Amino acid sequence: MTANGRPALTAAVAPLPPGSPLEQELRLTLPSEISRIEEAVELVVQHVEPRFSAGHAIRFNLRVALTEAICNAILYGSGGDPAKRVAVRVAWGATVVEMEVADEGGGFDPGTLPDPTTPERRRRVDGRGIFLIRHLVDEVRFNEKGNAVCMVLRRD
Amino acid sequence: MGFATRKDPKGVVVIEVDGQLIVGNRQEFKQRLLDALEGGERKFVVDFARTGYIDSSGLGVLVSLSKKIRDEGGDLRLAGLNDDLKTLFELTKLDTLFAISDTSAEALAAF
Repeated sequence: MTANGRPALTAAVAPLPPGSPLEQELRLTLPSEISRIEEAVELVVQHVEPRFSAGHAIRFNLRVALTEAICNAILYGSGGDPAKRVAVRVAWGATVVEMEVADEGGGFDPGTLPDPTTPERRRRVDGRGIFLIRHLVDEVRFNEKGNAVCMVLRRD
Repeated sequence: MGFATRKDPKGVVVIEVDGQLIVGNRQEFKQRLLDALEGGERKFVVDFARTGYIDSSGLGVLVSLSKKIRDEGGDLRLAGLNDDLKTLFELTKLDTLFAISDTSAEALAAF
């Protein structure tokens, strides 16, 4: 149980077939509640950190990118409806981590997002999430529908 | 984890962010500053020396508060950013919107 009495999030972890740099896989789903994001991110970190040998990327890049992706899924994909679920799949080995976040929404076109750093947009309070993800991970892919993002972090 | 608030002898409210400033706790952070602003405080330093990470929601709340404080004739300064956090501000060009000091002592001295 968590401190506020809710059941803690749990993750299913399984080994992946040998021959790939990705050795293990974790899957979890969470309700579309902002208050569960940090718990989900730390659950992923607990599993990935002992194996993925780039501590700095775990400490910062992974946490921020995963927080952004889950937050977008909850706010925009699920429209804040807590009954809708967000699915997280993370696969990792010593040199690479792949994180996929999928929601039940209709998706969006990531190519249409404006640059949040222009002088006229810089003072806005929102619109920086995908921008940060693109800068903090080595590779970002969206599915065709635009309701799932895959982020790849590699060891330097 | 959380926020610690103190007032320095010059009357500057210093808020230390212990852990992270993200979508899950930004409202609590915002309310603390707004309560102080409502109570008449006008000079603020946010100290990130004990902060691990900030997400885009955390950056957004800082933008929002900075504007509100300026509109009330006050001033918000940031301090203690580690290299990762500095990079976030540089990437987003928010380093051009905020007065950023290396330490809270330097930020306080600037008032």
